[in-house]
Amino acid sequence: MLNVEGNFPEYAVPGAVQHRFEPYADNGGSVVAIAGDDYAVIGADTRLSTGYSIYTREQKKLFQLGARTVLGATGCWCDTLTLTRLLTARLQMYQHEHNKPMSTPAVAQMLSTMMYYKRFFPYYVSNVLAGLDAEGKGCVYSYDPIGHCERSNYRAGGSAGAQLQPLLDNQIGLKNMQNVEKVPFPKEKALALIKDVFISAAERDIYTGDSIYMLIITADGIQEEKFELRKD
Amino acid sequence: MSILAYNGGAVVAMKGKDCVAIATDKRFGIQAQTVSTNFPKVYQMSPTLYVGLPGLATDTQTVFQRLKFRMNLYELKENRTMTPKTFSAMLSNLLYERRFGPYFVEPVIAGLDPITEKPYVCNMDLIGCPNEPEDFVVSGTCSEQLYGMCEALWEPNLGPDDLFETISQALVNAADRDAISGWGAVVYIIEKDKITEKHVKTRMD
Repeated sequence: MLNVEGNFPEYAVPGAVQHRFEPYADNGGSVVAIAGDDYAVIGADTRLSTGYSIYTREQKKLFQLGARTVLGATGCWCDTLTLTRLLTARLQMYQHEHNKPMSTPAVAQMLSTMMYYKRFFPYYVSNVLAGLDAEGKGCVYSYDPIGHCERSNYRAGGSAGAQLQPLLDNQIGLKNMQNVEKVPFPKEKALALIKDVFISAAERDIYTGDSIYMLIITADGIQEEKFELRKD
Repeated sequence: MSILAYNGGAVVAMKGKDCVAIATDKRFGIQAQTVSTNFPKVYQMSPTLYVGLPGLATDTQTVFQRLKFRMNLYELKENRTMTPKTFSAMLSNLLYERRFGPYFVEPVIAGLDPITEKPYVCNMDLIGCPNEPEDFVVSGTCSEQLYGMCEALWEPNLGPDDLFETISQALVNAADRDAISGWGAVVYIIEKDKITEKHVKTRMD
């Protein structure tokens, strides 16, 4: 980057000192979530990195926000921590005020509002929210850093989002397929597909790897699963 | 925005069992505005050799013309067809001559060796650094999406029919997630003594 101080010292104003502040870091990571008729699965890799170095190979990026709601967050890790801390506080306030936990669609809306509240100094986070809605159907919500929110049945986000999403379009959305029936996507197939797409992403994205941490959300509760990925 | 992404477009090539395939989208646009939906970026250079030149469209055409010129000279001098490996070296050399004022294309080469009939794929950056992997190569504005698709769909020793299905699904699904690629696609399947050109219909938005 060209700057007055380093490259053109003769143009610098005497006595004036320049300061720079870079508030954001990119700590990488990817999330994938798939919703079915009576379940939702969400998985994120466990690598936390910056540039060419890895901070840790075992950082969970999934946050359980309720009995049937899980948030997957990647991007600037410090923003993720701040956002989830405020989120849990707001959820607790809701519990005390209404004497019931928040439903997944309500959490989704609140998250959007909280992100947009910082419209001009955003949380640099790529969010994917998965859970069961009020009728017990699986749902996935995805966000941009300033709070745009969309409900869908499957979504990939984070550093390998662009690599993962077209495969989900093809395999779950059945895009560009002919003579196929739209049948409900079974839970076991969803789990296998998440593993497959993460293996592919770990092959090409240096910010995705080490292992996948998955949460399976059903009416019976939340199960967890771990799957090893390549570590280089 | 990068000048490499000014016109948009994507090319992918894959190795199969005794065959190779190369596929391109058909869009030509100026940034977000689509100008033409019939602008394939893949050219036939010899009976079993194809080159794809995604990037800045004006350079696509210029590089193709200069390649054709150098190739004609080679064939007149040597009185034989060029091997894919030699073609890569020639293209790499052509691009590196413009090291400090490059052509804004990132080529993909696919072909069968005319003597040994071995499959060959290669891609390059805009200044001609070659990469010759054993599986597939991708290039263009949706290269990330293509990597994701190819990494999941490709497997070794695909026959011509399976290779066609694999490469077209990879290209079409990748291009559908890129706003400046798509609008139709062409797939070439190159076999020992047969070339199959297939035009794939895609969504046009």
